[in-house]
Amino acid sequence: MDTNTTLIGLAGVLASAAPVLFAVMGETLTERAGIINLSMNGTILLSAMGGFAVAYTTGSLALGFLAGMLIGAVVAFIVAFSSITLHQSQVAVGFVLALAGRDLSYFLGVPYMNQPGPSLPGWSIPLLKDIPILGPLFFRQNLMTYLSYLVIILAWLWIFRTRPGLMLRGIGERPAAAYVRGANVKLLRYIYTMIGGALIGLAGPAYTLNVKAGWMGTQTGLDGIGWIALSITIFGGWNPLRAAFGAYLFAFLQWLGLVLQASLPGIPTQVLQVAPFPLMILTLLLVNIGDAEWVQRSLAAMPAGTRRVAIRLLRALRASPPASLGVPFESE
Amino acid sequence: MKKNLWTNIGFQVGALVLALLIATLILVAVGAPPFKTYASIISGAFGSTNNIEEVLITWSPLLLTTAGVLITFSAGLWNIGVEGQMTLGAIFTTWILRLLQGSSVPPALIIVLGILAGMIGGALWASLAGALKTFGGVNEIFGGLGLNFVSTALTIYLVFGPWKRPGVGSMSGTQPFDQALWLPTLPKTELSLWALGISVLVIAVVYILLRGTHIGLRLKAVGKNPKAAFLMGVPTWQYSMFAFLLCGAFAGLSGAIQVTSVYHRLLPNISNGYGFLGLLVAMLINYQAIWAAPIAFFFAALNIGSVQLQIIYKLDSSFAGVFQDLLVLLVLIGEGARQRFLRKG
Repeated sequence: MDTNTTLIGLAGVLASAAPVLFAVMGETLTERAGIINLSMNGTILLSAMGGFAVAYTTGSLALGFLAGMLIGAVVAFIVAFSSITLHQSQVAVGFVLALAGRDLSYFLGVPYMNQPGPSLPGWSIPLLKDIPILGPLFFRQNLMTYLSYLVIILAWLWIFRTRPGLMLRGIGERPAAAYVRGANVKLLRYIYTMIGGALIGLAGPAYTLNVKAGWMGTQTGLDGIGWIALSITIFGGWNPLRAAFGAYLFAFLQWLGLVLQASLPGIPTQVLQVAPFPLMILTLLLVNIGDAEWVQRSLAAMPAGTRRVAIRLLRALRASPPASLGVPFESE
Repeated sequence: MKKNLWTNIGFQVGALVLALLIATLILVAVGAPPFKTYASIISGAFGSTNNIEEVLITWSPLLLTTAGVLITFSAGLWNIGVEGQMTLGAIFTTWILRLLQGSSVPPALIIVLGILAGMIGGALWASLAGALKTFGGVNEIFGGLGLNFVSTALTIYLVFGPWKRPGVGSMSGTQPFDQALWLPTLPKTELSLWALGISVLVIAVVYILLRGTHIGLRLKAVGKNPKAAFLMGVPTWQYSMFAFLLCGAFAGLSGAIQVTSVYHRLLPNISNGYGFLGLLVAMLINYQAIWAAPIAFFFAALNIGSVQLQIIYKLDSSFAGVFQDLLVLLVLIGEGARQRFLRKG
């Protein structure tokens, strides 16, 4: 494979990671506020169908993307309302919504199946596109891909470099303390869950109006993406930069699977497509294992030198969830 | 106490009515005649003996996955990996059947061994999620999801790779087994009384286990408050692991039954969503095993009744799913509303 083909392939990786990135950033924001939105798989499918349907009917791409975000925010509102206001299990409600979104998208999407719809045109950034290597890689994409770069940076800056971001981390870690500091914990959780939901909802049309244009019912091939995005969020340790790395790694491995297909004819495509999963489980294991009791015990039993190295290694890998993730908050 | 019971029932009926109302609105929105649609779902599920047999064929694997997740739910575990555990059951059963097919082992014994292997396969797969949780600190939801994808990949690999049909592999699955290796069915149908009997037996065992035994009590203690249970001397992680193993065995049994009595071969997507549907049933019945059989039957009837909607009204058969999801969602929300507005009042 020559350099040019590789570059085009890698640029494709960046483009195909965009929808996953939106979803992962949305979930990261949501979980930072202490809420798990498990509905992602359904939200993405429903917004993929809804966004396509709106763009197809109105002929407006912008309305299609907006519709996707609106659907995501509405689903997120149901999660927020049942967990924050009604104290139901976030996992249970999210899981049901994950199934409901999927079933509803297949049911309502029948009239739009296999219809030729609009899709987002490419747009190279003037000047930047001519930089050798970096130009074709990063700057000959389309608006959604550029937006995905932007969302990563903004999410990171917001969470770690602003005052409201500090508050966001506060309501996810120690809501009681944030409350004493004057934060309206419940309201903020509503807001972040719905903003996160809108981002997750953007992932849907980012597929059906862009990366995998069109709605094909169960053949659209999006069922499962939400669960993948959920794993990447955990892999990312609730840090946008690390999560972005996870999303790109996933897209890269999928591309690699397709490339390797040519040299490994004995293995069906579908197998290589899921190759990232064992890797994902392994990383989840590495990320979490430092907290396991038996690891702590065997660390204590190690000689001092080895222990220091082992602890440093585990700490580098480790990512702890926000301390109050999934825990309801009551001000009284 | 009695008043509580009635408001309880009131909220459940309210959720059902609301789910029907919303489903009807959705039908109107897509331009389908709602009452005719409901009528054809009912006739599709119960209109002929053939339909009723189909419902029972669907009921049995669903009842088994429900039975399994009732165990893990009792231990406070969200075993979302039940789908993959069912798949591994199917794979292990297929493996044994392929291995012993054509040998001198009597067919009945091969079937029994195959089903046992399926249970072991499911339990082993569940033990992975359990080990990840217990020794690796990986939440069972994420471990289970990852393992679900791996199990799907494994099935596809086997169907297109080592176990492919003579000639070329296809999505229609592996070469079907000899009829001697089929679980005996009623004449002219695919309904196996063995499969039905096993499922009913399993849900009965789960009911008794959770309701009237020492083990069940400890399991629930671990689920409600693991720290307190541990302090009371309950070996916590061992009970979690036990719940995973048992659930996996039942899910594997479900997969084994799909292979031996329904499809007679391994298919991609052989779990067919029964694992997730089992989780829904368990939530809807508020984790009370006594209701598992009727509600799983109701869900099975909805699924079968909706199949022909596609032919009659060009509606997608996912309508059954839409209604089931709505119902569970509204019951959850209704339960929250009841606790919030009644207890405080």
